[in-house]
Amino acid sequence: MKAKIHVTLKQGILDPQGKAIEHALDSLGFKNAANVRVGKYMEVDVQETDKAKADAQVKQMCEKLLANTIIEEYRYELV
Amino acid sequence: MNVGVIVFPGSNCDHDCRHVFQDVLGQSVQMIWHKETSLTGIDAVILPGGFSYGDYLRTGAIARFSPVMRAVKAFAKDGGAVIGICNGFQILLEAGLLPGAMLRNKSLHFICKDVYVKVENAATAFTEACESGQVLKIPVAHADGNYYTDPVTLAAMQANAQIVLRYCTPEGKVTPEANPNGSLDNIAGIINPEGNVLGMMPHPERCAEDILGNKDGKLIFLSLLKAMKVKV
Repeated sequence: MKAKIHVTLKQGILDPQGKAIEHALDSLGFKNAANVRVGKYMEVDVQETDKAKADAQVKQMCEKLLANTIIEEYRYELV
Repeated sequence: MNVGVIVFPGSNCDHDCRHVFQDVLGQSVQMIWHKETSLTGIDAVILPGGFSYGDYLRTGAIARFSPVMRAVKAFAKDGGAVIGICNGFQILLEAGLLPGAMLRNKSLHFICKDVYVKVENAATAFTEACESGQVLKIPVAHADGNYYTDPVTLAAMQANAQIVLRYCTPEGKVTPEANPNGSLDNIAGIINPEGNVLGMMPHPERCAEDILGNKDGKLIFLSLLKAMKVKV
């Protein structure tokens, strides 16, 4: 099973990279682009056929390492 | 005093720390590779600056899982003095030995320059050689030094005087303009509630002797020696 994991800064936490990109988009003429958030995308192959078990493992991976939950939030899908 | 300087793959201020303790302060220093599992005979631990594990994932996120960190955690829990400088501070945060997390500098720039920090608490093992409110000039060199924590933790740290160093003007005024990286409450250095673990972004080891034109940083190390009752 493959986990597709997205990690981004929590809402409310300033994302300076997102802001810089937002300004660049604005300069390019995309006047309606707002709230750019930059994050990380990770793929992990989980050697597990039971979806519930894989889900529990990926959640732990995110909590323990892949995201710093003080500043970041994560979401993932299993395919 | 026997100082242990932890060396991670990517540490690059480890020898500066060794130099200050050994050559400037006359203490014995042991360089401790991150694969080590014991800190026997060590009186104080330094987590030096650098780019441990290339800052992969997040600064300090991988170093925290090094075998030696288990020993560092136990050492800190037993009351042993631990100083994390720059990347070392980031590792202490990721390891949960200090509260909070580091965000990218507000400006997005890697900042490498002298800054001024105010000693907000001079009654710690890391600042007792300073006067309360003393302004120290110490260089920073980081891209991720924008300290963040939740409001509840911040309030607790303020109440416990855990915020030891704050970015300030040369005159000691703590202002937004004096904050190089966007840190919450101008935080440059904090201690744990027990007072035996310090994390600081500025590099005191880079300004601890006359030949460098600035020895303000030496006060941090002299404080530690004083706290450990070591004569220099």
